[in-house]
Amino acid sequence: MSEQQKPRPWALWLPLALFGAFVVVVLFGLLRPAEREVASAMIGKPQPQFDLRPAVPDRPGLARADFTAGKPRLLNIFASWCIPCAVEAPQLARLAGQGVQIDGIAIRDRPEDVAAFLARNGNPFARIGADDVSSVQMAIGSSGVPETFVIDGKGIIRYQHIGEIREDQLPLILDKLKEAGL
Amino acid sequence: MIAEFGLAALWLAAALAALQLLAGSLALTPRGAGLAAVVRPVAVVQGLLGLVAFVALIVLFCETDLSVKLVAMNSHSAKPFIYKLAGAWGNHEGSMLLWVTVMGLSGGFLALVEKRLPEPTMLATLAGQAFVSLGFYAFLLLSSNPFERLSPVPAEGQGLNPLLQDIGLAFHPPTLYLGYVGLSVAFSFAIGALVTREVGPAFARAMRPWVLGAWIFLTLGITAGSYWAYYELGWGGWWFWDPVENASLMPWLAATALLHSASVLAARNALRAWTIMLGVVAFSMSMVGTFLVRSGILTSVHAFAVDPERGSFILALLAINIGGALTLFGLRAATVTEGERFAPVSREGALVFNNVMLSATLGIVLFGTLYPLAAEAMGAKVSVGPPYFNPMSAIFVAPMLIVLAVGPLLRWRRDTFARVSGSVALPALLAAAAAVGVAFWTQAGLLPMLGLVLAAGLALASLLPLRGRGLRRTPLAVWGMVMAHFGVAVALGGMASDSAFSVEKLVASRVGETTAVGPWQVRLDRIEPVAGQNWTAMEARLFVSYRGGAPIAAFPQSRSFWTPPQQTSESALITRWNGQLYTVLGEQSDDGRWQLRLWWKPFVTLIWFGGVLIALGGLLALLGRVSSDLRRLIAREKIADRRQRQGR
Repeated sequence: MSEQQKPRPWALWLPLALFGAFVVVVLFGLLRPAEREVASAMIGKPQPQFDLRPAVPDRPGLARADFTAGKPRLLNIFASWCIPCAVEAPQLARLAGQGVQIDGIAIRDRPEDVAAFLARNGNPFARIGADDVSSVQMAIGSSGVPETFVIDGKGIIRYQHIGEIREDQLPLILDKLKEAGL
Repeated sequence: MIAEFGLAALWLAAALAALQLLAGSLALTPRGAGLAAVVRPVAVVQGLLGLVAFVALIVLFCETDLSVKLVAMNSHSAKPFIYKLAGAWGNHEGSMLLWVTVMGLSGGFLALVEKRLPEPTMLATLAGQAFVSLGFYAFLLLSSNPFERLSPVPAEGQGLNPLLQDIGLAFHPPTLYLGYVGLSVAFSFAIGALVTREVGPAFARAMRPWVLGAWIFLTLGITAGSYWAYYELGWGGWWFWDPVENASLMPWLAATALLHSASVLAARNALRAWTIMLGVVAFSMSMVGTFLVRSGILTSVHAFAVDPERGSFILALLAINIGGALTLFGLRAATVTEGERFAPVSREGALVFNNVMLSATLGIVLFGTLYPLAAEAMGAKVSVGPPYFNPMSAIFVAPMLIVLAVGPLLRWRRDTFARVSGSVALPALLAAAAAVGVAFWTQAGLLPMLGLVLAAGLALASLLPLRGRGLRRTPLAVWGMVMAHFGVAVALGGMASDSAFSVEKLVASRVGETTAVGPWQVRLDRIEPVAGQNWTAMEARLFVSYRGGAPIAAFPQSRSFWTPPQQTSESALITRWNGQLYTVLGEQSDDGRWQLRLWWKPFVTLIWFGGVLIALGGLLALLGRVSSDLRRLIAREKIADRRQRQGR
């Protein structure tokens, strides 16, 4: 963008157009209702087939077969590099403390980072699978971290919680678990 | 009484800003020319009134006047004095008041000292400054009144977020604000220049000290903020690509680009429209940053600043200010006459490349910060983290650093690589040697390795502009440039070294047990409860020794605050010349062991040392520019004086 040639007239309006796009995006962010549920296409369907290696040495890996034990469980999709995941850690710990079974899938992560994350924020997980290329995450209908799925005793996905679980959302999660047969 | 006094001062200041805008605009028309004389004094008084309001708020906080809502919400009589003071700006209303105060003072100072620009441009600039200020005054007075009273008066205040009770953080926001708001002057200059179409070296010279000053504060603010996050959050990391961190990085990137393009404009009268554009963008990024922090539309570790409703107000201000400026740019930039020409291989060419790369990095960061929001608009929630930011920013920063090594050696206008190839051979050789060394003797990953190599080459290359100069006669500005560029290499070396060579240990340790981390032996000696003015803590005494040397005591704490109740961990750091040992005390497990998190971080301190060097470089350049401007001014006055006498 040297001035050896004059910029084209339309190029001078480009910054304004970009700024307009910015305003539209943040306006959406401001106006969105506080609670917005996006139903995953996977809700009511059985989980996809997967078998993930352990993400940390002291917890087993995770496979679809683990979810057909008869009791509903939570599946938490997280990553050590995700800040909202650290924010929701106390809530997961509370749920685990109340006897809820929680399994985790660590997305695009290294074992030592996951271990450090768990040491920092507590480890509510019974099993943790490592999903290095987000393949299981995609298959299950999750597009980001953190997300939490309620999965019933037959391995059917009952509820998808997008974003971190906040403190006031704990009753919601417990309700969904009850609906799934806890 | 003091609260009402402060509020009255604030209203008066707002009224004067309106007058300044009106008089400044009308004075540009033929019929209103008589109003021109009013504008400068009004700007000065407006700034002083803002200062009065801010001082009133500080007094209220120091006295812990709980009848004022803001004080009751954010302070507590048991708080240490320095944090009572810092409480004045450690909250939304107070920080916004600080914002308008700094803006008003900058405008007033500008009105007092800047005499070089054509008067119409100055009038338009001051009107622009008043316009932006007016929006923020409205925001304060209509939706965030810091002086609001509370009835009935509570018996005690609600305290201050304990994470914010930290001496570094007490001065981190004001530093950043000085940077953010300093850029408002560049913004107003750009508006003024667009209105009057006066863009040239004089304009760049007038704008440059403001950009430099703001940039120094931004650099210091980011450096301090990064160090704060490093030792206070207890995660061992120093940069998280958190939206709020990005919000401070983006104006810095824009200001860095602006600084360099303003130099081209000042020296060679080229890059006219581009400089104007960056002037608009730099302050826009400051406002966008404030918006992202204040509105809380993005999840962030800085969640203490969140308030969604006020976001709408700031967004409206953004739309008016930035949208208006960019519309003016679209209308007028085509008529800003073409600047001087230059060859691709030249000092200007290198600076243009650096500008484009900085802007691209800015785009990457902005995109990554906003992408979660945009994705949500499409119905998906995502979180963007280091796996995106690190490689993406490296793509643009790495080539920029290579050009940075060569650029300062090139001549203005036209040059050849052959002429400078001899000079850069040595740094290139050093970089190659570093590459071989890192590849053979360490297990560093690709990005850390690239960082180490670039840091080695750049550290040497950045000193080359001093070669062959008489060091005493080298202008301060050149010293500043060399120091800042060297600082970039130092900081980069620290970052790369931290990510390549850090050792991390997480252990559950009994009292008396020893743990090895890197070259350190760490013995957990005892755990004791301790109490501070408004907290209690479990404190560990660790004896650490480096390679079997004499043991040094370190005292990491796990702290509990009671107003408001919150747990924080206070890390204990042992700093050596070659790195830092970082210790954090975690919780006690059921079997009586204590969780310890230990890191050995070789040369990590270089990151902040480099940041300070960059800021110092900026300061040298600023001193150099201002003193040479003054000398020029004095010389001009002498000549005028002589002419006058001869005329007699």
